[in-house]
This record gives sequence, structure tokens and C-alpha cells, in this order.
Amino acid sequence: MFTNPTVLFIQVMNSVSLAMNLFIIAAGLTLIFGVLRIVNFAHGAFYMVGAYVALSILRVTGDTDLGFLLGVLGSGVVMGAIAFVVERGLLSRLYDKEHMLQLLFTFALVLVIKDIVKMIWGTGQYSIGAPPFLRGAVNLGITYYPKYMLFLCALGPIIAIAIWFFMERTRWGRILRAAREDRVMLNALGTDVKMVYSGVFVTGAALAAMGGALAAPRSAVDPGMDALVIIDAFIIVIIGGLGSLLGSFVGALILGFLTVMGSIYLGEWVIVASYVMMVVILLVRPWGLFGKADEERH
Amino acid sequence: MTSRPQLIFLGCLFLALLIVPFLGSRYLTELAVQVMILSLLALSLNILAGHVGLISFGHAAFFAIGGYATAFFLSRWQLPLGVAMPLAIILATAFALVIGILCVRLKAIYFAMLTLAFSMLLWGVIIKWKPVTGGDDGFVGIALPQFLATPQNFYWFTLAIVSISTALVWLLSKSTMGQTFVAIRENETRASFLGVNVRQMQLIAFVLAAIFAAIAGSLMAMYLRGMYPQSAFWTQSGHIVISVLLGGVHSFVGPILGASLLYLLEVTIHQYTQYWPLVMGLILLLVVLVLPEGLIGLFRKLYARLGRK
Amino acid sequence: MAFLEITGATKKFGGFVAINDVSFAVERGARHAIIGPNGAGKTTLFNLISGLILPTTGSVTLDGKRLSRMKPHEIVRIGMARSFQKVNVFPRKTAFENVQVALIANRNLQFNPFRDAAGLFRDEVMQLLEQVRLGADSGRRAGELAHGKQKQLELAVALAADPRILLLDEPTAGMSIAETLSSISLIRDIVQQRGITLLFTEHDMNVVFEIASTISVLHHGEIISTGLPDEVRANDDVQRIYLGRE
Repeated sequence: MFTNPTVLFIQVMNSVSLAMNLFIIAAGLTLIFGVLRIVNFAHGAFYMVGAYVALSILRVTGDTDLGFLLGVLGSGVVMGAIAFVVERGLLSRLYDKEHMLQLLFTFALVLVIKDIVKMIWGTGQYSIGAPPFLRGAVNLGITYYPKYMLFLCALGPIIAIAIWFFMERTRWGRILRAAREDRVMLNALGTDVKMVYSGVFVTGAALAAMGGALAAPRSAVDPGMDALVIIDAFIIVIIGGLGSLLGSFVGALILGFLTVMGSIYLGEWVIVASYVMMVVILLVRPWGLFGKADEERH
Repeated sequence: MTSRPQLIFLGCLFLALLIVPFLGSRYLTELAVQVMILSLLALSLNILAGHVGLISFGHAAFFAIGGYATAFFLSRWQLPLGVAMPLAIILATAFALVIGILCVRLKAIYFAMLTLAFSMLLWGVIIKWKPVTGGDDGFVGIALPQFLATPQNFYWFTLAIVSISTALVWLLSKSTMGQTFVAIRENETRASFLGVNVRQMQLIAFVLAAIFAAIAGSLMAMYLRGMYPQSAFWTQSGHIVISVLLGGVHSFVGPILGASLLYLLEVTIHQYTQYWPLVMGLILLLVVLVLPEGLIGLFRKLYARLGRK
Repeated sequence: MAFLEITGATKKFGGFVAINDVSFAVERGARHAIIGPNGAGKTTLFNLISGLILPTTGSVTLDGKRLSRMKPHEIVRIGMARSFQKVNVFPRKTAFENVQVALIANRNLQFNPFRDAAGLFRDEVMQLLEQVRLGADSGRRAGELAHGKQKQLELAVALAADPRILLLDEPTAGMSIAETLSSISLIRDIVQQRGITLLFTEHDMNVVFEIASTISVLHHGEIISTGLPDEVRANDDVQRIYLGRE
């Protein structure tokens, strides 16, 4: 592979586009953990909901560019609304309880969401095409490359920068960063902590859903799509460090490259390689590349 | 953890199980076998969760190892049951030692994630290693020894194994080791200041839990005449956790109650709808939000309230 | 050589220096108090000595043996027991079981999965409970006991380890005057009877002067004076910084 620049280029681009797609999902997960200290098992389910909602929106609008845009944004909005209700109504009751209960709550969400999705959309496999504007391939000199994948490669960093800007340069971002560091202090400062938590959970969920809608053109939409994506998201967030945005970006790139490049040498066994990587990181550096050497061990 | 009322409950349960085969219903017999195996599995997790306070999201791994190893030793290597089963358990113990040493160094959430990671790693290997495990299709076709060929005999065999295992775990719970485990769950720092090497004890609990999970897995493989990769998936571990939580993590009998109830509910609900996971999810939500101590916890509260009147 | 020696102990948390070059010695059989205002670092010092945290530099030596890299459970095995400022018992276990498990660990029975724990060590447990005046509460869950009684239970649990040196972190915090007086005589008697060396921190100066044979004063992580109670009382720095405020 390394001898053929065209093939290499394609594989690199594939790695990056996969990574960017995964990043959007992982960003939400790491955000939720960073501020709420909750490991959201339901993140994969949120991703799934996003894909299905986009599917439905596209059925209404038809296969148009606007339709696709509405689909992606709509999935974020719908999932965000659901997340808001779930958080305000149920999850918030668990904030001062054991972390394990919160984790199990998110697991319960997985079970419930999956079945509701099956109820509404059935168990069939669907597909969403890329929007007309992004169909086909573009000539990049070295080779032709699918426009949609290129779009993902570009979208990832844009979203990353947008989130970074929000976190570093806006007042709300400052509050979120403070919430990540010290929640008690935040309360003392009189900020409406409840709103902050809701906002974070909703945003994280919306990101996952939009990630799902965006992923749909590259893979099938079916009731099993959540089960493994959540593990991928975990791997990224663990490598990068729970709570670190930069970490998820880097972690996503690492997993993206491992998955694409790895499958050339390892074939189907690449999936095992990513789990091995997860295990190794948790053993050697549990707080990830960019996390804090917190008290993960007592 | 253990108490006289619970012992009486277990006694009654045992008697009821003795009667089941004589009721003449094959369906009931098979149901009871599943209930016993799943109860043992939940009980095994509680050696970790209820005693030393570690909730593993990878416990199903040992269930899977026990099952697959038994299947393999019985069918591929044609070993007699008396060798295959203990060998499978020894294999599971070896894995548990390695994984345990690596996992107990971490605190709660990270422990949950690392155990999940190991279990998924195992799942990945099971799926891909077709020649040995049958891959996606599962390990099909186990040659059971003659004496286990009939459902009746298999029932007695399972009852014997599960009863002995339960008795051993009961003794463990009541023992000085068991009391130390519980101390660790209640206050890890304090326990270490009693001179207890907490990591060491947690490792012991981890391995013991794995052993009984492997026994359950072994029985399941023989019952199903096969083993399936889904048994190592993280959601399977989640189901075990739900069973334990539903029954009540702070009692010996809780997991047995939870697992039995959950399975019986599943079988019943399946007759009316395919949406059992939804029901299970709602049950879990109920437990997490309202009844974190599980059903036994509820009984205890009601009993206390009655006592006050 | 003193029984317990702390030499040049320093603890930094990031940039913050919690304990700065602390040195003092406790003689065998002494009752040594560490006093100082809130935030002086008393609990951090205790955590250092008992192995819960590692010193950045410096060493702790017990009866000639360096404790520096030992984990808490190993330190307990060589004869140190401690109580905690925030009560640290086993809440769902009964008072009886709390003390019992301490004895179980002490006799190394935690490795025995066959020895039935029911009623084990009954006599010894009751004796210890009686000693801390909790005999009547042996069947009650530790988490349900009143604060003062929980502190007494902690004392019993610490004593069950048959320690040579006992570290008590604010043993009378949160107690009423009556409970405090009761605790003072209790601690003094037990410690004297069993020949235990005592190291404790306290806020209540009355308690300190009733029990202590020697005192160290801690301020902003530094020892500003060590000596007999009268010496310390008379020390200008101490007067100014600490006692002057009372």
C-alpha cells in the first residue's frame, strides 16, 4: 500500500473522514462526562435516533440538498428536545446519587430507545444517500474522491473549532469549563447549575444525533447501529481523556486510522485491535492522552 | 448479607425445585433449569458487587469462557464431562486472575469500563476466531454424555450443581472472608486501616465471582447444546447487573430473586410482544430512580414499617 | 531514638505546599497533641503519617522502621491505628460487626472462606465495646448511631487492631461537653492501661491540656513549636499566632 501514492492517499482520506464522523459523536460523550461526570452508555442510541429522524425527514422533503440539511439539523433538534425532557424529568434526580446508578440509568435509556425506534421504524435496514450537492466524486489531482467523504473531512475540524471557540471565548463556555473543574464552586457562584447541566446533556445528545445523521450516507441505518458505535466512542474518549475535547479529536483520528489502515493488514481482526488498544490505554494511562491524572486509582 | 429468613427462603426454594420434575411439564422443567442457571450467574456477580462493591460490566466474559470452553472440550477434544467442566473452570480462573489483577487497580467507573473493554475484546476474538469458536454462528452441536441426554437427568444435574454452588457462596458470605468483603464495600479506606489489603481481597472476590459465572456458563452451554457470541457482549453483562439490582444488591437472595423474576417476566412478555428490552429498560429505570435497594430493599423497608406499628 | 519520628516531611499538591519541612518526635508512651488553626494541615499530616498519602520529601519512622513507601494496610500491621475526623465506620454493619471485622483482620482471618463469622470473638468484641461504653448498642447499625457514639465506636475499632500507637484525628469534634469530658477520661484511661502511644489532633484546648504530655503546634503546614504543654503555652509565637486568637 505504501508504494502506491494513490491508494495511500485514498486510505488516508478514508481514515480522516471516518475519524471526523466519529469525532462529532465522541465530542458529545466527552462533554457530558467532563461536566456531568456521567458515562453516557446511551450515546450510541442517541446516534441511532439521529439517523432515523433524518431518514424520516428526508422521506418528507425528498432527496434534496435542503432536505438533507433539514435532516441533519432536525435530528439534532429532535434528539435535543428528547434529551431535555429526559434530563429534566429523570436524570437530574440522580445527580447526587452514586455514579453507578447514573450509568445504569443511561443503560436503561439504551434499552428503551432501541425498542421505541423499532416500534416506530420497524426492523428493516434503510439507507440514506448523500445529498445531491455532495454526490459523486471530485478530482483532487492524485485521484478522484467521493465528495461526501471530503465534506466530512472538512466538517470535523469546523465543528471542532466551533466547539473550541465556544468553550474558550464565550461566557457560557467559561461557565462550562468551570463546571468541569469544580461543580461545587459553580453553585456557590450563583450560576444556574441546573441549566448548565441540561444544556450540556442536550448539546451532547444533539451532537451524537447529528453525527448519526451525517454517518447515514456512509453506512446502513438499522436497529443494530448503536451497539458498536458506542464502543468506538468510548475508545476515542478513553484514549483522548474523558472530558478533553482535543483528546476526542486526536483519539478519533487514531481510531480512524487504526480502523482503515488496520483493516488492510489485519482484515476483519482490526476490531480486536481497537479493543486491545482500549485495554492498553486503560492499563497504562487510564486518564488518556489529554485527561488529568485524577484519582482513577486510589 | 445473609440472614435466617433468607436461609428459610432458600430452603423452600430448594424444596420447590425438587418437586418441579414430578409435575410432568417439560416446559416447566426447562424453565426451571434456565432460572437456576441465571440465578447462579447473578449470584456470582454479587460476590463482586454486593460484597466488595465492584460493579463489573464485563462479567459475562467468564460466563462465555465457561460455556465455550466446556463446549470445546466436550466436542472437539471429546473429553469426559468430569474433565471438561473442571478444565473449563480452571481456564476461566486463569483469565480471571490476569484480568482481575489488571482491573482491581482502578476505581469504580474505570473498573466498569476496563471490564467492559476486556469483555468486548473477548467478544471480538470469539466472533473472528471461527475455527475454534464457530464465529458469528456460534458453537453448535455439543456432544453431551449419555447420562445427561434426557431433560429429567439434566435437570437433576443442574439442580445439584447449582445447589452446591449456592451453598458454597452462602458459606463464603457468612465467613470471615465474606465479612471482610462487605467491609470493603462499605468503607474501603476504613477497611485498609484495619490492615486489610483491599486490592488483594478484591482480586480474590473477582476470581471467585468468575468461577461461579463460568460454572453457570458451562451449564448453559450444555443446556443449549451450543454457545453464542452474544453471551460475551457488553449488553449481556448489563443484563446480569440489572438482575442483581432488581433483586437487591445488599442481600444474598436478592440476585436470585432478581434473575428469576427477570427471566420469568421475559418469557411471559415474549408471548405478547417482542418489545421485552423496552420492558426491561423501564424496570431498570424504576429500580434506579425509585428502588436502588431492589425488591429485597423494598421488603425490608415495608417490614420495618410494619414493625413500627 | 523516639518511637515515632517525622523528619523533614513535606507535601505539595501541585503548587500548594500543605506540609513544609515538618519534624518532630513522639516518645514511647507519650500522649502527643498536634494543634493548630483550621487549614494548618493537621489532617494532611495525619494522612502522611498513616500512609494514606505519600510525602513529597521527608520520612516517617516508627520504632526504627521507615514507613515512607508503605501502604496503609501494611502500616497498620506494624502497630499503627487511626481514627478519622469525619467519622469512618462501616455504616450498615452493627457496632458489634464493626469491631468484629477489625478483629477478623487483625487475626488474619480475612483469607478464610470457611470460618463462620457469626458470633466470632464475641467476648473480645463486647469487652472492647464495653470499654468505650457502647455495650448496650452492640446490635445497632453503626450508621444509625449518634455522632458521639460513632466516634466511640471508631475508637473501639482502632483499639481492636491492638495498636502500639494510636492516631486520633479530632476525637471530640462535634461532641457535647458531657460527651467530651467522657471521651477525655476514656481515652486517657485506655491509653494508659494498654501502654499505647497516642498522637492526636484537637481544636478544643481544654481537651489538649487534659490529655497531652507533649504538644506540637502546626501553622500553615509548619511546626512552630514542640514541647511540654507549659513550654508551648508560654511560647511567644504560639501565643501570637494561635492561642492569642482564642
